[in-house]
Amino acid sequence: MSTVSEAGAAAGATFHGSLPAPVGSPRLRLAQTLAVVRLELSRMLGRRGLAWVIFLVLPPLALAGGFAFMIRFIEAMPLSHAALVYAGIYHGFLLALVLFFGCVAIFTSLVRREMRDRTLHYYFLTPVRRELLLVGKYLAGVIASFVLLGFATVGTWLLVYAPFLSLDPEGLSRFVRGGAGLGHLGAYVGVTLLGCIGYGAVFLATGIFFKNPVVPALSIYGWEAINFLLPASLKQVSIIYYLGGLLPVAVDEGPFALIVAPPSPWLAVPGLLALSAVLLALSALRARRMELAYGED
Amino acid sequence: MRGSEMTARDLSAASAAATAGEAPAVPVAERSRPRAVATSDRSIVFDDVSKFYGEVLGVNGISLVLEPGITGLVGPNGSGKTTLMNLMAGLLRPDRGSVRVMGLTADEPERLFRLVGYSTQYDAFPRGMTGFRFVYGYLRVHGLGRAEAERRAWEAIERVNLVDAARRKVAGYSKGMRQRIKLAQAISHRPAVLVLDEPLNGLDPMARAEMLELFRHQAEEGLHVLVSSHILHEVDDVSDRVVLIHGGYVVAEGEIAGVREEVEEQAMQILVRCDGPGRLAARLFAEGRVTEASLHADGQGVSVRTRDADGLYLALNRLVVEEGLAVEAVAPGDADVGAVYQYLIGGSQ
Repeated sequence: MSTVSEAGAAAGATFHGSLPAPVGSPRLRLAQTLAVVRLELSRMLGRRGLAWVIFLVLPPLALAGGFAFMIRFIEAMPLSHAALVYAGIYHGFLLALVLFFGCVAIFTSLVRREMRDRTLHYYFLTPVRRELLLVGKYLAGVIASFVLLGFATVGTWLLVYAPFLSLDPEGLSRFVRGGAGLGHLGAYVGVTLLGCIGYGAVFLATGIFFKNPVVPALSIYGWEAINFLLPASLKQVSIIYYLGGLLPVAVDEGPFALIVAPPSPWLAVPGLLALSAVLLALSALRARRMELAYGED
Repeated sequence: MRGSEMTARDLSAASAAATAGEAPAVPVAERSRPRAVATSDRSIVFDDVSKFYGEVLGVNGISLVLEPGITGLVGPNGSGKTTLMNLMAGLLRPDRGSVRVMGLTADEPERLFRLVGYSTQYDAFPRGMTGFRFVYGYLRVHGLGRAEAERRAWEAIERVNLVDAARRKVAGYSKGMRQRIKLAQAISHRPAVLVLDEPLNGLDPMARAEMLELFRHQAEEGLHVLVSSHILHEVDDVSDRVVLIHGGYVVAEGEIAGVREEVEEQAMQILVRCDGPGRLAARLFAEGRVTEASLHADGQGVSVRTRDADGLYLALNRLVVEEGLAVEAVAPGDADVGAVYQYLIGGSQ
């Protein structure tokens, strides 16, 4: 049904005249999605959830800072050990805890918090398809989480390698300029981005499908945490398995770990992106049929 | 919708049934049949709309056609006003029937919400936002550019007389200011249909007068203004028509004067439990006190309908003595209807 009344058309005419493109056009939809992203980012700045994420990124930075301080007292620590130290901090702390719970805090609140605050209807009453609203919210979440967690990734890396500016300046220069240094950093940042995308989609869906997303989030955490103990077939049903396989330095997961071949980057990256797309599509379908009866929620 | 034909439903039956959680006594086929009213592309049409929250009735079998002008949607708290408005705006989906706003359904949000502005009853706002940012931000989501959104936001804020406070955070606003900024947000995109759920709540008399004047102004521009209230007196001055809703059913609709008349003309049902209901009914008929009487199946009571309840009660006192009846109870059979109406008119009568 595309007919609009005279009054509606009259009202719409003045409105449509102000739009950058016709209703339903890709250009208008892009403008609307970007507006959602901007609005969400500005709102996130005032959210307590984001403060929690900032709080979360401090411990790994402190840990790296502590390492940078302690290394002065360790004689002849080779640069290659720093790569192992960073890999341990990243895998055991940043990836397994900070990135996971940072994404829980940011993405579960995108929809669920608005339902709790009784403000989601403001979005639902705008002339935007709910699928696009969700994509806009998700993109805002990815940007916010990546900025914070990417900062933690880079900051921690810089802190770990900073002492070598005085301990082994030549080695550090070779490592960064000619060696694997920047490649490592790029890989870690890339994994952080993929983590934000993957976990973001998971927790956006969690926030939409569950009234209390904390319980499923903790269940997922438990599953991810025991991933190193699982056989290969079950390892594949997780995000940490694919992210871990993309890390530039392998990490010893302990004596009880079931060692399996890491996934190929050609499988891990598209696989994670595809999983995220599927979860996003499911969330969008749910949002499309969602009813807002806050009292009953 | 001035001059339109007034339609009043079977008030007592519907209300009694609603109270009992059953369908009203009017025939189901009649209730569910869309009314034979000519609709135009400008109409808002509820066609046999029902909505249940699990086992709880929201609204049932609502068929309405609303034309441009101000429509007052009046009913007690929990009567289904908000459900009806939320169904119209697509925040809820009907379990049965359909809602069309100027020919559009909620499945076409990109078109529908250019035409509809809705100020909900929820007194909640995104955290940390100023009044201006609240209006402006959602205008950008409509797709407007920065300059145009800013212009329209100020225009709307000016209309609700909130310019001075626009740069302050909404969290610091008074209840009246929050109502006004919600209204500004609802009108900022210049909708053709303005839906206002209890917009006068928390407003002082001056602010109410300003708000009502604003509604009038919007209606004069050819807009639909659907405004809900639980006090009839609150909206009857500005409404072209009213829809009375109770227990999920529309109990009366039309021009305000007509609705009052119709409701007052409704015969009232009174139940009398006694040991000689047949004799009592015969005497009441003989004296012309009742228009209808039906004996209870157990032979221990009679239900009568009267247009003069006070006169009937006086006559009952006399007849009980004269006939030597043992009366167990006398009670209004549809007391809730009367109560509803008395409640709606809020002592203004």
